[in-house]
Amino acid sequence: MSELKVPTMAEMMSAGENPEILFWVGCAGSFDDRAKKITKAIVKILNNCGVKFAVLGAEESCSGDPAKRAGNEFLFQMQAMMNIQVLDGYEVKKIVTGCPHCFNTLKNEYSELGGNYDVIHHTQLIQDLFESGKLKVEGGQFKGKKITFHDPCYLGRANDVYEAPRSVLQKLDAELVEMKRCRAKGLCCGAGGAQMFKEAEKGDKEINIERTEEALATSPTTIATGCPFCNTMMTDGVKNFNKENDVEVLDIAEMIATAADL
Amino acid sequence: MGISNIIFIIVLVGSTAFFAHNVRRILHNIRLGRDENRSDQKAERWKTMIMVALGQSKMTARPIAAILHLFIYVAFIFTQIELIEIIVDGVAGTHRFFAPYLGGLYTFVISLIEVLSFLALIATFAFLSRRNLLKIPRFTKSEMTGWPKLDGNIILYLEFVLVICIFTMNGSDEVLHISEGHGSYGFAISSWMGPAVFGGMEVETLHLLERIGWWGHILVVMAFLCYLPYSKHLHIIWAFPNTYYSKLRPKGQFTNMESVTNEVKLMLDPNADPFAAPAPDADATPQRFGAKDIKDLTWVNILNAYTCTECGRCTSECPANITGKKLSPRKIMMDVRDRAEEIGAGIRKNGIDFEDGKSLLGDYITEEEVWACTSCNACVQACPVNIDPLEIIMDLRRYLVMEESKMPAELAVMNTNIENNQAPWQFSPADRLNWRDEA
Ligand code: SF4
Ligand code: SF4
Repeated sequence: MSELKVPTMAEMMSAGENPEILFWVGCAGSFDDRAKKITKAIVKILNNCGVKFAVLGAEESCSGDPAKRAGNEFLFQMQAMMNIQVLDGYEVKKIVTGCPHCFNTLKNEYSELGGNYDVIHHTQLIQDLFESGKLKVEGGQFKGKKITFHDPCYLGRANDVYEAPRSVLQKLDAELVEMKRCRAKGLCCGAGGAQMFKEAEKGDKEINIERTEEALATSPTTIATGCPFCNTMMTDGVKNFNKENDVEVLDIAEMIATAADL
Repeated sequence: MGISNIIFIIVLVGSTAFFAHNVRRILHNIRLGRDENRSDQKAERWKTMIMVALGQSKMTARPIAAILHLFIYVAFIFTQIELIEIIVDGVAGTHRFFAPYLGGLYTFVISLIEVLSFLALIATFAFLSRRNLLKIPRFTKSEMTGWPKLDGNIILYLEFVLVICIFTMNGSDEVLHISEGHGSYGFAISSWMGPAVFGGMEVETLHLLERIGWWGHILVVMAFLCYLPYSKHLHIIWAFPNTYYSKLRPKGQFTNMESVTNEVKLMLDPNADPFAAPAPDADATPQRFGAKDIKDLTWVNILNAYTCTECGRCTSECPANITGKKLSPRKIMMDVRDRAEEIGAGIRKNGIDFEDGKSLLGDYITEEEVWACTSCNACVQACPVNIDPLEIIMDLRRYLVMEESKMPAELAVMNTNIENNQAPWQFSPADRLNWRDEA
């Protein structure tokens, strides 16, 4: 495997270059050990396809999503406006995010604050790369295996993106099995609305356990996700059922990078 | 004009006036909400209304309930034609006023109504047993005891009586018609059911039965009209404006608080003069951040609450509720409606500044419910009439956080982290790109 090439916006600018797309890594993708692997998988795909991209690096800042969902509109707008200043400073037009929450916020909620960008989720970018022929995979280790996809709320219901992740998974020559609740009826993993950062209220079950049960009922070898938070929730759920040796929880980007031998 | 025509007119005018009075009361309650501009995208709004309210497109998620509901819905709409005739007959003292003018079409329309009424009867039985015998969880949750449970049943009993009246009326009339030498009306069901049930009865008895059916029919309808505004069945009306005014943006796009935008701009603008005179429109009472009570919500939120059918589709899809948390999006909507009723009545009696020391947040909805939401939009997706409980939940959170600084301790930590480290965890912003160099 070759070295990752991850230029920052600042580096690109000083070299007099302009990236075609900005990769918005997100806080989880930058700091969380598990999510960093997803980030690297996305970079490998971008590198492999020769996509000219850049990241903001230390100039990136929380999109504000968890603050907004937690009711702190002040903090959200502070974050949003700081980010918009940086993005507009670099004249960013197109953004790909590694997280459906950043995707939703940047795409939908920045425009009323003056930030207008063409924002896509990484599964949509991967789909584009397949369609334009820049990316090719054989099924590899996933060939014939059972895969079930967990719809992230902020990709699916929030933005009606159901097909991109599925069409990408189709490329793996695997058997795609749907859970009982999928697509528009998909059940949340339990992390949204800033729940990721707090204990759940009193109940009789954790949401991620309920969802993992449903995923495991399809007897998959892999639970595919498109969100670092869903990934954490489902991974914890699988561990709860002591199934971590049988069932892997992987982001679609990781699966494609593995199958393409990147 | 006979005494029965006068009684009829009094009943008709009285119940219509009572209904109009109630609709005005509810409109007043809806207008207690804040302004919210939903006058954009008219074509898209009409389309949504026609699809979701008229076409019932979101009901299809549960096909059996959808078909049974469709029977009652279509029967209801077509019975209105017969109702017009009953009103004309009642006022003018005629009998089957439309029959001579419409001829074969009349036979067809009444036949259609008979068939639909029969299907509605089947649906009524199915719904009654589903509510009372099958113990389906979404009809037995804690918010569905007492009045909401009774309300769900009352309408089905009324429906049952109504259909019986229609068939008593048409069946006895059929036998009379034949005995008077005019032959059969030829209506789909009563033409054989009438002779089978009422055949051989005295003419006086038949006349009496026909009148009982006729009066029963119209009295049930008028009773329904009076009862409607106190019932979840008002959705048959509000579903239309509610879907028309529903949110058309992506479900993930939450409202932007403009009052906050102005302040944040000032804070970020190094040239702004903090002591500058406030903008000319700033003399109005400053709006509260978020929502604590009815007047802090938008009129759309309150319209949502009056439209709620209490069907519980939202709650049965809610991840928090499924896993035993107190939050139930249906209860949120019922609470908003009940509180709007309470505060609206108080305001009409005591003036706009009426306070009763209570509030929606606290006395109706607890903080525990508000914080259990994952903002997943499952409730919004599931609602057959495009109600948005999530927007209300978010506004309640905003009030708690921005007005009272009340939130779970971990979220306070998360906020501090975002403020200081630009990430929800305590990492140094300078380390954001470290992953690039890690193997
Ligand atoms: S958005 Fe909140 S209330 Fe609605 S279904 Fe999801 S968790 Fe439940
Ligand atoms: S909000 Fe919608 S889904 Fe929920 S109970 Fe009311 S009508 Fe049914």
